[in-house]
Amino acid sequence: MNPSDGPRFDSRSDAAKSLHSVRLEPEKCVGCTTCIKKCPTEAIRVRKGRARIIDERCIDCGECIRTCPHGAKKAVSDPLSLIAGYRRTIAIPAPALYAQFDERWSIDRLLSGLLALGFDEVFEVAEAAEIVTAATQELMKRADLPRPLISSACPAVVKLVQLRYPSLIPHLVPLLPPVEVAARIAKERLHGGEEGVGAFLVSPCAGKVTTARAPVGYERSALDGVIGIKDLYVPLRGVLGTAPERALSRAGRAGVEWARTEGEADALGERRSISVDGIAAVIGVLEALENEKLNDVAYIEALACPAGCVGGPLTVENPYIARNRLRNRAEALPPRAARAPYEAPSLAELAWTRPPAARRALALDPDMLKAMIMMEEMDLLASSLPGLDCGSCGAPSCQALAEDVVRGLASPTDCIFKLRENVRELAGKLLALEEIKPPGLDKE
Amino acid sequence: MKYRFTVPGDDFTMAGKASAEVKRILGQLGIDPTAVKRASVAMYEAEINMVIHAGGGVVEADITPERIMLTLRDEGPGIPDIELAMTEGYSTAPEWIRELGFGAGMGLPNMKRNADNLEIESEVGRGTTVRLLIRLDGSAPAAAERPGGGAVRGGSV
Repeated sequence: MNPSDGPRFDSRSDAAKSLHSVRLEPEKCVGCTTCIKKCPTEAIRVRKGRARIIDERCIDCGECIRTCPHGAKKAVSDPLSLIAGYRRTIAIPAPALYAQFDERWSIDRLLSGLLALGFDEVFEVAEAAEIVTAATQELMKRADLPRPLISSACPAVVKLVQLRYPSLIPHLVPLLPPVEVAARIAKERLHGGEEGVGAFLVSPCAGKVTTARAPVGYERSALDGVIGIKDLYVPLRGVLGTAPERALSRAGRAGVEWARTEGEADALGERRSISVDGIAAVIGVLEALENEKLNDVAYIEALACPAGCVGGPLTVENPYIARNRLRNRAEALPPRAARAPYEAPSLAELAWTRPPAARRALALDPDMLKAMIMMEEMDLLASSLPGLDCGSCGAPSCQALAEDVVRGLASPTDCIFKLRENVRELAGKLLALEEIKPPGLDKE
Repeated sequence: MKYRFTVPGDDFTMAGKASAEVKRILGQLGIDPTAVKRASVAMYEAEINMVIHAGGGVVEADITPERIMLTLRDEGPGIPDIELAMTEGYSTAPEWIRELGFGAGMGLPNMKRNADNLEIESEVGRGTTVRLLIRLDGSAPAAAERPGGGAVRGGSV
């Protein structure tokens, strides 16, 4: 078998194969090396002229979607038509939605627009975010939890910690993310868990598509679907002018501001906090934390997307324009949500039920002795590679190619320089052979 | 298996690169995350010290399934009083280093806390060698439970 056909490089264009949301549109991919170089977990390889994603390593951060110059990487979310299969439907809009539209459209009008698109009700993620903030404030008083606590609201950050910083897992805030809290309140508190009621996240985030199917920290999501903001944007624009405006918005500034970097830390009121966005900067902060350099920090709000959730791959507006709009909108809101017509969930109900485990996808082999032998082979091969990290072999770096080779997923001659070396050697041998004549013909 | 890294003493932006590299290797070997963290924190502190005080040096990492041995050698000014240097909060780092968030006098204590054994050999004017041992038998005691876990040896002062 050609190692390049290895099972771990299955193309994600086949939707059924993967739980992850990030997919490739094969007809748009030209097989360039942009995404493989930008992926923070080295989860992408180019094979047969197409980018392939290694599922075990993908953290759904959306970096490849953002950087692909050909628009070939896509986050697959659910279509609006999905809601037709439910007796009663609840839209769960993330506050990043409010930042996609000009401030002349009020939040009430945006929410009313969702009803005009066919939803029966709305429940704002921002309202649930305030509940999560209050619960986090309780946790911050407890001495038995490590410091700093790391927000677990961003699914890409949680997965990054599982994969690259497993020693930091105990630092993650052991609470459900606001989207899940919103779905549970809407379905369980406000509808008593009735059959036929569906909750649909209106999402800026590709990672939430994945966690709705395969949650991290809890068993089963109450969400019945995740619809990308970008898929709703045009139809929603279309109805904003005519939708009858109803007083639907309840969330306050604290919850709405969660959609931008620093919003969550501001809501928490914790001054000894670090707010960091963009996956590369997040890695820098987690690295410093793991090196025990952040001893005076009580809380880390880490978000994979630039400017926070407003910069999510399922949004349409520029992240920084969106952030400014969100800030402007939030200023006009009361500090906190109006009194809730339901009993707020207790800390126990908000707590994780299945804490995330370390993901060992980076280890060469579960057996350390085998891993050491592979590592030696890998180092030897890596030192013979040119070190240009050109990406022509389909791996992000020479080191990564060496790793793929010892894992049996690539061949050393996938390196064009190695191949050229081999060809030159072969040519030399051919030349030498050509010089040799049968003794009968070898005249003086 | 053995690795050798040169730590440049003139480029602060490169400080910590060697320990990050060792961390990557340990992760790929599938070593328990707690041990990886202890090894990388201890080595990071030692590496930073090497850059701040000794103008760089050489790090050797020797990894077996039983233990990680990290040896950091420099030809810096040496440590006149190791006992004093081990005191939490004691620091000889210049002001600009402190402004960068380093030199808080926690380097050696942090090394001691994270390693199963810490040995320091130092001679004033000649240099310092730090040996950090991390055991991989899976029964590493919690940091607080091994306060005396390190031999400290001074050279001729």
